Amino acid sequence: MKYWQEFIKGVWKRNPQLVVGLGFCPTLAVSTSVSNALWMTIAATGVLIGSNALISLIRRIVPSHLRIPIFITIIASFVTMTDLFLGAFQPEVYKSLGIFIPLIVVNCIILGRAEEFAQKNGVLVSILDGFGMGLGFGLTIFVLAVVRESLGANRLFGYVLIPGMEPAGAMALAPGAFFTLAFMLWAMRSINARKKGR
Amino acid sequence: MEIGVYISILIGTIFINNYVLSRILGLCPFLGVSSKLDSALGMGLAVIFVMTLTSFITYPIYKFVLIPFRITYLMTIVFILVIASLVQLVEMVIEKFSPALYQALGIFLPLITTNCAVLGVAVLNITSGFADPQSHMGLLKSVVQGFGGGVGFTLALLIMAGIRERLDLADVPENLKGAPITFIIAGLLALAFFGFSGMKF
Repeated sequence: MKYWQEFIKGVWKRNPQLVVGLGFCPTLAVSTSVSNALWMTIAATGVLIGSNALISLIRRIVPSHLRIPIFITIIASFVTMTDLFLGAFQPEVYKSLGIFIPLIVVNCIILGRAEEFAQKNGVLVSILDGFGMGLGFGLTIFVLAVVRESLGANRLFGYVLIPGMEPAGAMALAPGAFFTLAFMLWAMRSINARKKGR
Repeated sequence: MEIGVYISILIGTIFINNYVLSRILGLCPFLGVSSKLDSALGMGLAVIFVMTLTSFITYPIYKFVLIPFRITYLMTIVFILVIASLVQLVEMVIEKFSPALYQALGIFLPLITTNCAVLGVAVLNITSGFADPQSHMGLLKSVVQGFGGGVGFTLALLIMAGIRERLDLADVPENLKGAPITFIIAGLLALAFFGFSGMKF
């Protein structure tokens, strides 16, 4: 039961973007299409699970004043592996995600989980925590991407939605990303506020 | 000297491909430090400084160390470590030689390591092809791009801080306060910055 709690908290109760407020840059930048969103989720979740597991394994031997550089190096190594994997097996995805793959290093969610959770908890729980946080991160990008792809490109999963309709191009670009996320944050807060009031 | 190239890089990074409003980089400080004009200016200056310096240092490392040894796949690790130590070094140097400047910028410097715009500019300098063998004056182009990126970031941050200072007086719905309203303003600003995308040189 405790394991389930640690796993599921990242999806809704402690959702990294909508509740904690971390990791906005990749969320907004790669949510132009659902396939980009899914691959970004896979990449970031992979890094998150790997770094959480390794950091939790070495948590007793890391001197506390050196922990940040060590964590960053570990995360950067996992990001490099992900980068090479995607480049080798999914060249199309690799091209469209572009610089946002190396930038997973500075995704604050990953360093945040290392600092807040993995260095204090056991390996299994840390892996579950990383997996849950990755799913929560992915869920937010997925919703964002569904809205932006259907409005901004008139497509969903690559299929045309309404033939002949002119898509609202701004939704596919930066303004659409900002607006959609603003409304999602608003909705999340309203739901939480209503729950609290009851 | 084709001065036009540098001017178009500069205009391009400040207005057309503004790092925050068009490329969507560096949102954490953009949200966190944009509530007051003074601190926005301090953060902006620190970012301009670090981004210019980062471009100046990562470019030769890539061109003269990573390429000759064929270890370009280590780019991410090397760049993030260089940036982290650079920020630390700059902090120590400023603290030693200019306490006044340290007072103004000090608290912002540690935050910059995790600013994805800084790593972003280092990677973009490479992916824009400035390090290719046939590119002339790549170092200068990188530095100009880093400086322009920093100025663009500062511009967006200052506009946002100016708006948010006025917003304190407005009657914003409870659940929209803070991050959501800031994102709506950022969306409107990004729409406004679309106007620059028609500019050509």
